[in-house]
Amino acid sequence: MTDLNCNEFVELVTAYLDGQLDAVSERRFVEHLALCDGCERYFDQLRQTIGTLGDLPGEGLPTAARDALLSAFRDRPS
Amino acid sequence: MDVEARSFPSDEVLVTRLRARDEAAFALVLDAWSTGMLRLARSFVSTTDSAAEVVQETWLAVLQGIGRFEGRSSLRTWVYRILVNTAKRRGVREGRIIPWSSLTAEDEGPTVDPTRFRGPSDPFAGHWREFPAQWPSPEQETLADEVRTQVAGALAELPDRQRVVITLRDVEGYGSDEVCSILDITAANQRVLLHRARAFVRSRLEEYFATVEAARGVGGEAVTS
Repeated sequence: MTDLNCNEFVELVTAYLDGQLDAVSERRFVEHLALCDGCERYFDQLRQTIGTLGDLPGEGLPTAARDALLSAFRDRPS
Repeated sequence: MDVEARSFPSDEVLVTRLRARDEAAFALVLDAWSTGMLRLARSFVSTTDSAAEVVQETWLAVLQGIGRFEGRSSLRTWVYRILVNTAKRRGVREGRIIPWSSLTAEDEGPTVDPTRFRGPSDPFAGHWREFPAQWPSPEQETLADEVRTQVAGALAELPDRQRVVITLRDVEGYGSDEVCSILDITAANQRVLLHRARAFVRSRLEEYFATVEAARGVGGEAVTS
C-alpha cells in the first residue's frame, strides 16, 4: 500500500494535471498511480472525459447576427 | 475545438488591423471566437436567443472599446471579460444570479461516492471496494456521437459555476490563469469547481456505459420478439 488512499487520490487528479501539487504530494500521487489499478483506471477515465469535452461540436453565430455585426463594423463612426 | 489556429495573427497585428477598420480581421475574430462565446454566454442566461444577443452586444462593445485596449491581457481574454460582464448583467435581469465570490455547499464533499471505497473498520480503508468498470475503447465502439451527447447532457445538469469553468477549461481549452482572469476567481476555487465538474461528467459517462453493458447482456434474449 502507499501513503495515499484511493479516496484521496481521486480528489487530486485535477491539481496533478495542472501541475499544482507540491513535490511530496506529487511523488505520492505518482507512486499510487503506478501501484493501484483502480486509480489508474479512474485517472484514465477522467482524462478520457476531458478529451471528449474538448471534442464537442458547437454552433456558430446565426448568419443574420454575423451580418449585422459586420455591417456595424463597416459603418461605425471613426 | 482549436481556437488558436497556427496561422492566427498576433494580438498586435489584430488590434492594429481592427483599429484600421480592416473588415477581414474583424470577420476572422468573429468567426474564430463566437462559437465559444455563445457556449459560455448560454451558461449565464436563460435561452439560446438571449445568449446570441449577449454575444452581439459584446462584439459591439468590443468595437466601441478597441481604441482603449491596452494589451494588459490577451485580446481574447479581454473580449471574454466583456462577454462575462455582459452575460452577468443579462443573467441578473433574467433572475439568474450566480454567486462567484465564494464556494458554496454544492462545491464541498467528496467528488466520488464514498460508498465506492472501503469503510474505516476495513484493513484497506479508503481503497476501492470494486475498481471502476472498464469503458469500451473508442476503437471497439462506434459510440462516439452518443458519448458526446451524454457529455453535453451532463454539462447541462451541472451547477452554473461548475459549468462555466469546465466549459472554459475543457470545452474551449483555456488555461487556468486565463480562466481566473476572465471570471475574476482564485486559482484554488477554479480548481475545485473544475474538478467537481469533471468528476460529475465522468460519473455520468460511467452510468451510461454501465447501461450499455447491461442492455448488451440481456440483448440476446430480450430484444427480438
